[in-house]
Amino acid sequence: MTVTLFIPCFIDALFPRAGISMVEILERLGHRVVCPEEIACCGQPPFNSGYWDEARPVAAKVLQQLASAEAVVIGSGSCGAMVKKFYPELFAGRPEEALAKQVASRTWEFSDFLATKLGVTDLGATFPHKVTFHDGCHGLRELGIKTSPRALMAKVKGLELVEMSEAETCCGFGGTFAAKFPMISTAMGDVKCASAIETGAEYIVSNDSSCLMHLQGLLTRQGKPLKTIHLAEVLNQV
Amino acid sequence: MSSFVSQFKTQASAKTADLRHRQVIRTALRSYEVVRDKRKAAFQSWESARQAAAETKWEAINHLDTHLEALTAKLEARGTKVHWASNAAQAREIIAQILRDTKARSIIKSKAMTSEEIHLNHALEEAGYTVVESDLGEFIVQLRHEPPYHIVFPSMHLTRGEIKDLFQRELGDAPSDSPEELTMVARRVMRQKYLTADVGFTGANFAIAETGMISITENEGNARLTAALPKTMITLLGIEKVLPRFADLALFLPMLATAGAGQPMTCYNTMYSGPRQPGEVDGPEAWHVVLLDNRRTELLADPEQRDALHCIRCGACLNVCPIFRNVGGHTYGTTYSGPVGSVITPHLRGLQDWKHLSNASSLCGACTEACPVKIDLHHHLLHNRRNASAGQPAFFERLAYRGFAVLANSPLLWSLAKKAGWLSQPLQKLVKGSALDPAKAWTKTRDLPPQPSESFKDWWKQRKKTA
Repeated sequence: MTVTLFIPCFIDALFPRAGISMVEILERLGHRVVCPEEIACCGQPPFNSGYWDEARPVAAKVLQQLASAEAVVIGSGSCGAMVKKFYPELFAGRPEEALAKQVASRTWEFSDFLATKLGVTDLGATFPHKVTFHDGCHGLRELGIKTSPRALMAKVKGLELVEMSEAETCCGFGGTFAAKFPMISTAMGDVKCASAIETGAEYIVSNDSSCLMHLQGLLTRQGKPLKTIHLAEVLNQV
Repeated sequence: MSSFVSQFKTQASAKTADLRHRQVIRTALRSYEVVRDKRKAAFQSWESARQAAAETKWEAINHLDTHLEALTAKLEARGTKVHWASNAAQAREIIAQILRDTKARSIIKSKAMTSEEIHLNHALEEAGYTVVESDLGEFIVQLRHEPPYHIVFPSMHLTRGEIKDLFQRELGDAPSDSPEELTMVARRVMRQKYLTADVGFTGANFAIAETGMISITENEGNARLTAALPKTMITLLGIEKVLPRFADLALFLPMLATAGAGQPMTCYNTMYSGPRQPGEVDGPEAWHVVLLDNRRTELLADPEQRDALHCIRCGACLNVCPIFRNVGGHTYGTTYSGPVGSVITPHLRGLQDWKHLSNASSLCGACTEACPVKIDLHHHLLHNRRNASAGQPAFFERLAYRGFAVLANSPLLWSLAKKAGWLSQPLQKLVKGSALDPAKAWTKTRDLPPQPSESFKDWWKQRKKTA
C-alpha cells in the first residue's frame, strides 16, 4: 500500500528521528511511503485558540495535499485528532466538508495504523529498558487509542512497561495553553513527572512528541535523569 | 486584561505553587476515585446508564416549557406557591417578600448552589436576617466567610486540624480534631438554630414534572430538618432541574450518588410534594418554590451548547479535572467552578468577561469522559473560544495567526523560519527564562528542546536525491 505520511511540524523541526523511524518502519513492512513536502502544520494552534478563520486556509491546504491519499498516517495523536475529528467540524457547511470527511475516514494515528489497520504488532525491535507510557489526551479521548501502543510495546524485546498511576492524566501541554497559563501547565507537568518517576522507569514513551517536549523540558530543567522518547523510535530499534 | 482574568491568573499562580494544597486535594480525590470506580462497576453498564440519562435529560430540556408548566400545575394543586424569577435580583426580591410577609427573622438553610448564584446570604444578612447553613461543609465555609470550594464538597480544601482551629475560634468548642467530635459540636449549634428558625430554605436536586415533586438528596439529614421544623419553607431551583417522570429517579438518584461521591445511594432521598395537608400533623404550613432562570434560557437558545443544561451538579467533572485539582475551586471566582463552570459561566455572566476560563484548559477531555449525562464539556470550551474570538478578536493574537497561516502555507517561508529558529538557539540560550526571552512563558520553568540542524524534511529531500 502507498502510505502518505503526514509529519507534524514538531517532529519535522525538533524531533526528526521520530519521523525517520516512521518512514523506516513502514518501508520495512513493504509499503511505499510518500511524504507531501508542502504540508507544514495541521492548523491546530489557531483552531484551538478559537481563530477558526485563520485555521481554515492551513487546513484546506492539508486537505488538498491529502485528497488522493490511499491511507494517511500521522505520527501524533493530537494532529491525528485534528484531521480525523476536527477538520469535518471546521469545514461543516462549507465546500470542503465532503473532502474533509473523506480524508478523515482514511487517516490513522501511527501506532493505531500498525496495530489495527495493518494488524502488525511485532516489528522485531529490541529496547532493553524499563519504560512507562504517557497517553496523550487527543489520541486517548478523541481517537480512543489505548491498546494499540501497548500491543506494539508488548512485542518489543527487553522492554518492560510499568504503568504509572497518572497514565491517563493530561501532562499539561495543551498547545498554546502551555504559554498562556504556564503556571497551571507546569504544575500539571510536575504531577505527571512525579507519577512517571514513581514507576522507576528510565523512559517515558508516548505517541505524541508535543507532550514529550513539555515533559522533557521540565525534566531537563529540574535535572531529573528520566528521559522521553517517541514510540516510533522505540519500535525502530532493530 | 479584565479584572476577572488578572484575578484568576494571580490566584492560579499562588495555588499552583502551594504544594500543601495540591496534596490535600489529591488525597481527597484519590479516595473518591476508588469508591466511584467501585460503584460504577456495580452498574450493569455504566455507559448505557449514561446514554439513558443523557437521553432523558435531552427530552427534559428540549421540552422544558411543557415540563415546567406540568410541574407548576401539580405543585399548586397541593397548595404550594410557585414563583418565577427571571434573574438573581428578582429571585432575591421574591424571597425577601416572603420573609417580610411571614415576619421572619432567622433562616436555616440546607445546601443550595442556586442561593450562591444569586448571592442570597449576603443580601439577607445585609437586610438584618440571621442565616445559618446546616450542611456541615457549608457551615464550615460560612464560619470562614468564604464561598464553597466545590459544588458538592464545600470544605474539601480544609484539613480536620484547620476545622478544629476554626471551631475553637468561632464557636469556642473543639475537643479534638476527630471528625465525629467536630460533627457533634456543629450538631449542637445547629439543633438550637432549627428550633428557633422561622423559615427553612432548601435547594433541589430534581423536580419531577409528572408528579409535582421536588427531590432532595443529602447525607446528613439536615435538609429534612430544614424542611420539617420551620413553619415556612422556601425552595430555590434552576429551571433545568426538571425531570419528566417519577421513574426517572430510579436512574438519576444512584447515578448522582455514584458520580458525585462514589456512593450507591445518598443516605437520605426525600420527595416533597407540598406543604402540610389537612389532617397531616407535621411539615411546613406554607411552601414556596422559586424557579430561577437567570440566563439559563439563553443557553437553551444555543443548540450547540444546550446540553450544558443537562448538568445535575454532581461535581464529577471537577473531581477529574487536572486544572481544578491544581488551581482549586476558589480561583475560578465563579459559583460553578471546574469544567462545567468554565462552560456555563460565560453564558450566565458574559462571554468576554469569562472567556479566560475556557482558555485555561488543556482540552484534555477528562471531564467529558466523567460526565454522567454526557455533556460535551471540553468541546464546548473550544466553542466558547471560537465564539469569543469571533465576537471580539484579540488584535495581536489574530495578527499572529494570520502570519502563521501565511508561513504554514509557504514551504519556502516555513523552511526559512526553521532555519531562523536553529540559528537563534545560541542567542536564546543567553537570555533563557529572563525578561528578554521572547519564549519566557515557556522557558521560565521548562527547557526548549535542542533543534537539530537537519529537519525531517531536509532528510527526506536528501534521501530522494540520493535514491
